[in-house]
Amino acid sequence: MALPGERFHVLAQLEHLQSKYTGTGHADMNRHEWIVNQHRDTRASQMSHPGMTSFIAIVENESRARTRFNLLNRMIQPCGPPPDKNPLDDV
Amino acid sequence: MSRSGHNSSDYAQELNRKRANLRADDDDNDENNKNGNKVAFGAAGNFDTDVYGSARGNRSEMYLDSIGMAEEDDVDEDSAPSGPKKAINYAQPHKFIEEVAKASEDVDPFADTRSKTIAERQSKYHERAQRRQISPDRVDAFVDQTPDHRSRGYAEVMKDQMFQEEKGRVERELADRAKSGDLHISHLPREPEKKKGRWDETPQNAENLGAGSATPQGSAPRKRLGFSSISADAATPHVARWDETPAHSMGAADATPSVDKWSSTPAAQTPRRNRWDETPKENLGDGSMTPGWGMETPARGGPNDDIKIEDTPSASKRRSRWDLTPSATPAAGSATPLQAGGATPSFTPSHPSQTPIGAMTPGGATPIGTAAMGMKTPAAHQIPMTPEQMQIYRWEKEIDDRNRPLSDEELDALFPPGYKVLVPPMNYIPMRTPSRKLLATPTPMGGSGAGAGFFMPGTPERDGIGEKGVGGILDTQPKNAELPPLKPDDMQYFDKLLMDVDESTLTKEEKNEREIMEHLLKIKNGTPPMRKSGLRKITENARKYGAGPLFNQILPLLMSPSLEDQERHLMVKVIDRILYKLDDLVRPYVHKILVVIEPLLIDEDYYARVEGREIISNLAKAAGLATMISTMRPDIDNVDEYVRNTTARAFAVVASALGIPALLPFLKAVCKSKKSWQARHTGIKIVQQMAILMGCAVLPHLKALVEIVENGLDDEQQKVRTITALCLAALAEASSPYGIEAFDSVLKPLWKGIRMHRGKGLAAFLKAIGYLIPLMDAEYASYYTREVMLILIREFASPDEEMKKIVLKVVKQCCATDGVEPSYIRDEVLPSFFKAFWNQRMAMDRRNYRQLVDTTVEIAQKVGTVEMIARIVDDLKDENEQYRKMVMETIENIVALQGANEIDARLEEQLIDGLLYAFQEQTQEDSVMLDGFGTICGALGRRAKAYIPQICGTILWRLNNKSAKVRQQAADLIARIAPVMHICEEEKMMCHMGVILYEYLGEEYPEVLGSILGALKSICNVIGMTKMTPPIKDLLPRLTPILKNRHEKVQENCIDLVGAIADRGSEFVSAREWMRICFELLELLKAHKKSIRRAAINTFGFIAKAIGPHDVLATLLNNLKVQERQLRVCTTVAIAIVSETCAPFTVLPAIMNEYRVPEINVQNGVLKALSFMFEYIGEMAKDYIYAVVPLLIDALMERDQVHRQIAVDAVAHLSLGVYGFGCEDALIHLLNFVWPNMLENSPHLIQRWVFACEGMRVSLGPIKVLQYTLQALWHPARKVREPVWKVFNNLILGSADAIVAGYPRIENTETNEYLRYELDYQL
Repeated sequence: MALPGERFHVLAQLEHLQSKYTGTGHADMNRHEWIVNQHRDTRASQMSHPGMTSFIAIVENESRARTRFNLLNRMIQPCGPPPDKNPLDDV
Repeated sequence: MSRSGHNSSDYAQELNRKRANLRADDDDNDENNKNGNKVAFGAAGNFDTDVYGSARGNRSEMYLDSIGMAEEDDVDEDSAPSGPKKAINYAQPHKFIEEVAKASEDVDPFADTRSKTIAERQSKYHERAQRRQISPDRVDAFVDQTPDHRSRGYAEVMKDQMFQEEKGRVERELADRAKSGDLHISHLPREPEKKKGRWDETPQNAENLGAGSATPQGSAPRKRLGFSSISADAATPHVARWDETPAHSMGAADATPSVDKWSSTPAAQTPRRNRWDETPKENLGDGSMTPGWGMETPARGGPNDDIKIEDTPSASKRRSRWDLTPSATPAAGSATPLQAGGATPSFTPSHPSQTPIGAMTPGGATPIGTAAMGMKTPAAHQIPMTPEQMQIYRWEKEIDDRNRPLSDEELDALFPPGYKVLVPPMNYIPMRTPSRKLLATPTPMGGSGAGAGFFMPGTPERDGIGEKGVGGILDTQPKNAELPPLKPDDMQYFDKLLMDVDESTLTKEEKNEREIMEHLLKIKNGTPPMRKSGLRKITENARKYGAGPLFNQILPLLMSPSLEDQERHLMVKVIDRILYKLDDLVRPYVHKILVVIEPLLIDEDYYARVEGREIISNLAKAAGLATMISTMRPDIDNVDEYVRNTTARAFAVVASALGIPALLPFLKAVCKSKKSWQARHTGIKIVQQMAILMGCAVLPHLKALVEIVENGLDDEQQKVRTITALCLAALAEASSPYGIEAFDSVLKPLWKGIRMHRGKGLAAFLKAIGYLIPLMDAEYASYYTREVMLILIREFASPDEEMKKIVLKVVKQCCATDGVEPSYIRDEVLPSFFKAFWNQRMAMDRRNYRQLVDTTVEIAQKVGTVEMIARIVDDLKDENEQYRKMVMETIENIVALQGANEIDARLEEQLIDGLLYAFQEQTQEDSVMLDGFGTICGALGRRAKAYIPQICGTILWRLNNKSAKVRQQAADLIARIAPVMHICEEEKMMCHMGVILYEYLGEEYPEVLGSILGALKSICNVIGMTKMTPPIKDLLPRLTPILKNRHEKVQENCIDLVGAIADRGSEFVSAREWMRICFELLELLKAHKKSIRRAAINTFGFIAKAIGPHDVLATLLNNLKVQERQLRVCTTVAIAIVSETCAPFTVLPAIMNEYRVPEINVQNGVLKALSFMFEYIGEMAKDYIYAVVPLLIDALMERDQVHRQIAVDAVAHLSLGVYGFGCEDALIHLLNFVWPNMLENSPHLIQRWVFACEGMRVSLGPIKVLQYTLQALWHPARKVREPVWKVFNNLILGSADAIVAGYPRIENTETNEYLRYELDYQL
């Protein structure tokens, strides 16, 4: 077994690397944060695929630019306000 | 057996008498014996000439058996009063006594190998750090509370600063006056004297209050340039003494403000004082015997007495003797060291040139002196010794203890009953040379004087030897047994831990202090785990302990003169960690920390500098800009240049941490300071350091920075002008090639400057211009170059070394610009350039050498190859080798850059002629000549044909030389010129060479053999395997035994050659020969050098290709059974390579079959080979995946963790290989077996597991993996969640877009809208 200093070294590096990017999570995340990330990912994806943007634009009966704008706006608090800090929420 | 004490003493006396008689008529060249005395313990004894022969005895004169005696510097000159010298009568002649004194000095036999303390390797300038004061706490202006009366505010500090400055001025004036002779001392007996003493103490305090000792190791200046020393010259000797005794007054821990030393008494301030303090702590290593005299007022008799006190020996090493046992045993009686009790080691007799004991207290006239001695005398127990003394003392005591004769009681205990003492036979001659005795019975401790706490385990302890630890003087083991033992020099910092105290009686502060001390001791002296826990605890509790107690202990440790690099690193690390925790609590301690850390910024060790920078930048971030500025402001115009220098560097670091703009207003103010030129100087220096430190990051602020410093060019102080020019040079260098606009305003003053100034100032101005010219556009550059050239040419003749370097540099920069005409350089510059610089003297200094080569090459770019080479080519035959090397390197660089096309036939001839001469005459071992030869021949190409016979003749001649070095150079040269020979179509010659080299393969010098193999390889590569002579079939069998050679150079060259043959000429050699080589190659896998192992592995591949994989594979698989891990790993790689080169299907069945061998090493090896194989074969794996799945499944269900780990790794590589080939079914099956490994603890296994999941993400698609993770992301057990989040994060990073479709549908709550409605849209 590696020395205590070395243990988790590579993994710690990985964790550090991962934590530098938005959208990544960790074992203590609550589900609200996680879902917010999903929403943002989803809208970013929809905006960056022209086909998807067109599809949503047609459904919503808006212009493509407007749709893009709407999607952008929906990224601000996509799921409403975060729940009050309560450790039980996480469960 | 029984023997009375009486009998035994008789016996001993008899022996002694005999010994003395024998010695009396012993040979005459022995100084000691001639005098009827014994060899003193520790003195250089004689070797028995019967045993060792006479050579050894004579040779001993060649050895320097002592390190230099103490520098007999100024203090000793007029010391050594003659009176007492006469009073004590010694029988020994002077020489003997000197010898004893030398030999008994601590000549550490391992002095060279011992790692030096930082203080020892530092230069005088660096030592000045020790003289700085760890200043008292400062007021934290940001905290809303009444400041502690002890803390000083900005105003007090500035006042103090002004006081110092004024004092300096007065001192200088006094010195001047004393010099000019109009300072008269009126002998005002008591009153003013006393006052002076008191007043004098303040500055001394200011300098010495720092931790540790003021002046370590006697190398520090004896006389400090201070008021005191000057006044001493001016005939008041008392005062001088005051300064000489660096009253390291309060110990390290509390830095009493120098101003109110008396008011804030140490007693009040330091509750932890114990009896240690009563005997003043003192660095005995320094110039005086009288510690802490500054604290009491001695009743002085008169000036004379004082002088005598000062007469105590001054050099640290000698003095240590005296300090230890003032009551030294005079030599007379005993031959052997005094054994009894072991408490007082016997010391060698004193030495007239040192002050004998009597002289220390001359006539008893100075009661204080005696009293001070008295404190030292009896109780070694109570006086902290310097590390060295402790070391010597411990060592000697240890030797004494171990070598004392066995007592009767001990002998009784050892022997069974029935033994009795025999009378020695008449012809018995006892051994009488102590040194031989030491050799005869090696004691475990012998010679290992260094290194505290080094005890041979298992040495039986004899009673009476006393405690362990420092030779029984002091117990070095703290009472808390979990702590590491103290080193002797730690005593003053950690002494409290040695005392057993009842925790419950301590106050909270004391308890904290003790805890901190324990942690620090663990960090400083402990094992790595101890260190780690200490560091962790001290970090965790940093805020609880508070900044004050922490820094009061850490900083003195860092100032300790016996600090070593490692310890400093650890302490710095502690500071770094606690800085984060303490944050703004550090504010009052910023200055203290800076005092300690700033010296790191100018340390010669790169890493120390980086550490220093890191700490200061963290400090700046924690304390904030305002605190940093107000703390460091007073140091900016400190009278001491050292302080200003380090402060400037620290400021530069602050600027890089907090941003340049934040500092600009402050810098502007400082650089415009009217009050003192020092402030301006420092301000400009800060800018310079910023440029050096931050490089092109100064660009955005370039204009502002230049404006700040530009006034300095016209300063009335020469130093300010110089630093301004240097600063501009640094700014220009940092911003190159941009930013010339910012420098517009300084061009004119610089211009004027280079015409006005001379000497150092001019050098700086030239440097600035030199760095500015490359920024200019061609037109300007041309103009300025012409102007500056006149001055440069004038300065070519300057004898100043610094000027020379700068001139060369500027010439290089000027010539590199576009606007300069070649004709101008050719006509105006070159003649004087060559006259001034191309001489032997320039080649002697390394930096000049480099600079001259660079500049010449640069000029050659402008004026052409021929012009330059023609001028220096004849110098290749110069008689000075260093100079020839410089010429060769220059020509090589020129030719490498510009080719040899311009060189005409005549020059070509000269060149080759010179090359051959220089090559043959070389004596030094480096590659300059070889490289030069190779490069120039290569550049000549076909034109070299005419000279090849001549060159080859030389080489062949030299290959036969007696000197190994010459043979090696010749072989190396063949390797270099083989390609040229090929170009010249000299195949016949090369074949001839090949044969000759082949004949030399019996070479016994490995270095030469390596070169010969290299030459063969080079020839082989050039003419090809088929044309090679000797034929490959003869050559290779000759190489096989050489593979056994253990020398790395031989191994490397040989394996390269064999590999090349296996690659391109395998058909010339029989399969059996290749198998033989395979076996040899297995040995090479053990090589330390990676390139050898890699070459061996590749060769396996070539051989397998040549003779088919089966035999090779069998060999390799057998090798999996060996014990050594490195061998097995290399073998697996070789198997993988073989399977890659011979296609997997030839290999896979065999290794899968081998997996059935019930031996874990073999199975692991097979798996690992599979893993490497899949890594190498990539998408070819698609054909084999279904074949190996059962094996992998089996491996993944193995109990052994490592086994599974390798299997997971193999799966990872496999999955990446089969991406896009529709093997999802197999992969899912594998994933199901890989997935449960996430619960393992081994980080290696987890790492492989994450890797395998990553592979699956690629090949199975992210959504599949997401589905696996979703099951565990919100698992109640953290142990499950944690690894899965790692995989999920990898999914996000790798395929964020793709998994959008895979997220689960989550229903809304009352407050939150979790549904992604866009996904439900339908048309």
